Amino acid sequence: MYQFNYHKPSTLTEATSRMVEAEEGAYLSGGMTLIPTLKQRLAAPSDVIDLSGLPGMSGISIDGDIVSIGAMTRHAEVAASDAIPALAELAGGIGDAHVRNRGTLGGSIANSDPAADYPAAIVALDSTVRTSIGPIAGGDFFTGLFETALREGEIVTSVDFRIPDAAAYEKFPNPASRYAVVGVMVARCGDAVCVGVTGAGPHAFRATALEEALAADFSPGAVDGVAVDSSDFNADIHASAEYRAHLVGVLTKRAVARIG
Amino acid sequence: MDIKVTVNGTTHHLDVPDNTLLVDVLRERLGLTGTHVGCDTSQCGACVVHMDGTAVKSCTVLAGQADGAGVTTIEGIGRPDDLHPMQAAFRENHALQCGFCTPGMIMSAIDMVQKSEGRLDEAAVRDGLEGNLCRCTGYHNIVKAVLSAQDSM
Repeated sequence: MYQFNYHKPSTLTEATSRMVEAEEGAYLSGGMTLIPTLKQRLAAPSDVIDLSGLPGMSGISIDGDIVSIGAMTRHAEVAASDAIPALAELAGGIGDAHVRNRGTLGGSIANSDPAADYPAAIVALDSTVRTSIGPIAGGDFFTGLFETALREGEIVTSVDFRIPDAAAYEKFPNPASRYAVVGVMVARCGDAVCVGVTGAGPHAFRATALEEALAADFSPGAVDGVAVDSSDFNADIHASAEYRAHLVGVLTKRAVARIG
Repeated sequence: MDIKVTVNGTTHHLDVPDNTLLVDVLRERLGLTGTHVGCDTSQCGACVVHMDGTAVKSCTVLAGQADGAGVTTIEGIGRPDDLHPMQAAFRENHALQCGFCTPGMIMSAIDMVQKSEGRLDEAAVRDGLEGNLCRCTGYHNIVKAVLSAQDSM
């Protein structure tokens, strides 16, 4: 690792000030992505600003049909919660036990890794990302490869999820890393069907053609014949863009079948 | 940077560089070399210790993040003449060959058994050890040992 200055601020104001003052700052949440990145010298921030000392950033609360999860809440805690079973299942499939003991919801979504699991839920469920500046609709949060709608210094503080009538997450994991080659969350809210896809494109997105087909006929067979546009999909040694497009259909079918 | 960390019941006040990892505090500053560094890329789990009662990869925790925490390492769970039940189960079941992954395996397994609600089965143990790699590939006996230890812990 290169040298850096480590800070553990105790207020949001202090944290954002540190970031603004830093030559090149990096927020540290659980560290499950940032620390390996630092160790491989793929990043060289002048200042690492640890958010774990901020009060009120962790925990799960339910108010009516809204589940609010603090940004510093560890994956293991979400996995153990029965607030939204599909979200718990998603969290329980991230990385390994030790990653889940440290990694956080806020850190995951702020990183916008194209193969991360949580982004599928952010776009598939009716969600609102709350930050140090204000709310951002979940559907507007991811803007590109490792890019989000967060502005300079802005910190995710919590995420609100509206409890769906039913939802399921299906993922095809990379066998070594457990990142999603493709992951699909299907959620039903009244007559609406939402299909959130991660792993396939540069960032998580909703597959609107699949949503329309499933809104008309909520059955695995409805997915047949719906073309998944793979023109901007990821292609690497693990899977071609065409294969990822195929997986989107297969995983959507599996999720629909589980919801029934 | 000054940190305070309580390791195996003893509190240490240390001055460390800001970019120090917890595993380096344990091995280099405190001489607790039972915690191993295998891959150094957060995958193999040889460095697993308990931080405030939870299994973590100490190669992927900064010393600053461990400031104020209680840490338990493989040296803190048993003695040669009084093995922890998980250590005894590993010995009984021949659950180690070269032994390099063993400290991490044992620390992960103890956390898994302590957190499991009800009885672990083979599938749950294998899933729980997803983040611990044994390059001797001796998983079969490791799983047997964990299943055996949950009865004696």
